Amino acid sequence: MEEVRFLTCGDCAVTVAFAQEIREDTNRKIRYLAEKLQKTGIHGLLETVPTYCSLTVYYEPLILSRKKLEHQILHFLASYRENAAGKKRIFQIPVCYEGEFAPDMEDVCRLTGLSREQVVKLHSSVDYLIYMLGFLPGFPYLGGMDPRLEAPRLDNPRTRIPPGAVGIGGKQTGIYPLASPGGWRLIGRTPAMIYDPNRAKPIVYEAGDYIRFCPITVDEFYRLQEGGQTDIREVSL
Amino acid sequence: MKLTILSPGPLTTIQDGGRFGAMGKGFSPGGAMDQEAMVLANLLVGNAPGVGVLEMTMLGITARFDCDCAIALTGANMSAQLNGSPIARYCSVRVHAGDVLSMKTAKHGMRAYLAVAGGFDLPVVMGSVSTNVKCVLGGFQGRKLQAGDELPLNQSGAAFQSRQIPPPEDYPGSISLRVLLGPQDDAFTRKGIDTFLGSEYTVTDKADRMGIRLSGEKIESKDGVDILSDGIAAGSVQIPASGTPIIMMADRQTTGGYAKIATVISADLGRAAQARPGTRIHFVQVTETEAIRLRREAEKKRKQLEYELLYG
Repeated sequence: MEEVRFLTCGDCAVTVAFAQEIREDTNRKIRYLAEKLQKTGIHGLLETVPTYCSLTVYYEPLILSRKKLEHQILHFLASYRENAAGKKRIFQIPVCYEGEFAPDMEDVCRLTGLSREQVVKLHSSVDYLIYMLGFLPGFPYLGGMDPRLEAPRLDNPRTRIPPGAVGIGGKQTGIYPLASPGGWRLIGRTPAMIYDPNRAKPIVYEAGDYIRFCPITVDEFYRLQEGGQTDIREVSL
Repeated sequence: MKLTILSPGPLTTIQDGGRFGAMGKGFSPGGAMDQEAMVLANLLVGNAPGVGVLEMTMLGITARFDCDCAIALTGANMSAQLNGSPIARYCSVRVHAGDVLSMKTAKHGMRAYLAVAGGFDLPVVMGSVSTNVKCVLGGFQGRKLQAGDELPLNQSGAAFQSRQIPPPEDYPGSISLRVLLGPQDDAFTRKGIDTFLGSEYTVTDKADRMGIRLSGEKIESKDGVDILSDGIAAGSVQIPASGTPIIMMADRQTTGGYAKIATVISADLGRAAQARPGTRIHFVQVTETEAIRLRREAEKKRKQLEYELLYG
């Protein structure tokens, strides 16, 4: 069995860290572990946050000792077996990569040595796996970005990024579901409502689903927005 | 049965123990920044410990009650008055219909809490009445309070009971916060960790419910501070590329991509919440055993107080 490390996050949480690289099989294992921990109903275990290559486990240390928790985790991991993948769901998200919607496009071109057209093409030609949701409700951490698009985060995060902004942060890419501070470099924006508290499902996709970005013009952006066509559509396969 | 807000203060929201169970979907837990002060306010009016209260920031509310009830104020000292006469913190206060509560700027501390016997009559969203302003969720219409808001109150039913506990000492201008190193202390050089534990940091005016940004000496990393995003616990001390720490608080994002050098222990989070801009902070390393001992002590003290207030 591969080695995991237990990282101390204060006295009420521990992060179970796997090899620090983005791998689909590691992520499946993390989701398995999260499900096991929740379903087993361990007294003193509060909740879990699955991420790319780790699982942060929140617990009440006055009820559940960290030693016992770690023992339980290792026990679950020892019994893990790879399962066959389920049905693939893809959600299509329209993105305008132009003008005011792409304030960091020039920087990203300079940092990557690519033209704007190349950045758009590389960014919109992949089905991205949603590894995890976090940072904000429904913020999808996506796997599968072309390594040529890698660009470091901003040294000083912005204090406000508009909802729907699409950015690159290091090896990662994603969408801001609502207005927020953030440190990713912004290369586009979608008129789709990623988070809508008034919708039956405020967030339509889940970890394990796929996202496909579809380039649109500034005119199309406003037409979709003004026409209220802001739902996210599932692509029929 | 309502409380009418005449003047809301800059940031007054309903907060309780927090919204748990949806962190995996990206929802911040929220809840009162100073949990201990919130719990004590509730106990003083005979409520259960985690009932929703008003959290006021730096400057308190002016508000009118339209019914008889009991209230209690804890946390920062905002020189509260009832109909123009000063009232004490950390005790139950009898309020009559038509009475006006008015509060000023905090003399010390950052956040004050107002509990009303019976609590506010507001919908529980995802297990909590805490306001999540960013998501327009919970609390009163999912936002901070405005002048003219009418907060519905529950009928408490109980007769007024005088309860009081000694208020804590004034919040000092210089504090120490105990930390456990990790989860990513190995991303920093020995010198960086020595800087973190050995120098003085100051709370900047960028200190809110999400995080407390500090100024001071830059912390040296081995090879940058970008990590693959992972979970962020309450009290995590994140070091962004600028090199100065941010203490992640109740409305923090649930995951993030900057290395976290240490985590403030749970027993000291309330003290961090009361640190206003300009407060000087020293980080002190403790062991996990010590952190749990302090948590147990705080829990024991709270239970004892609860017992005394209920049956004493």
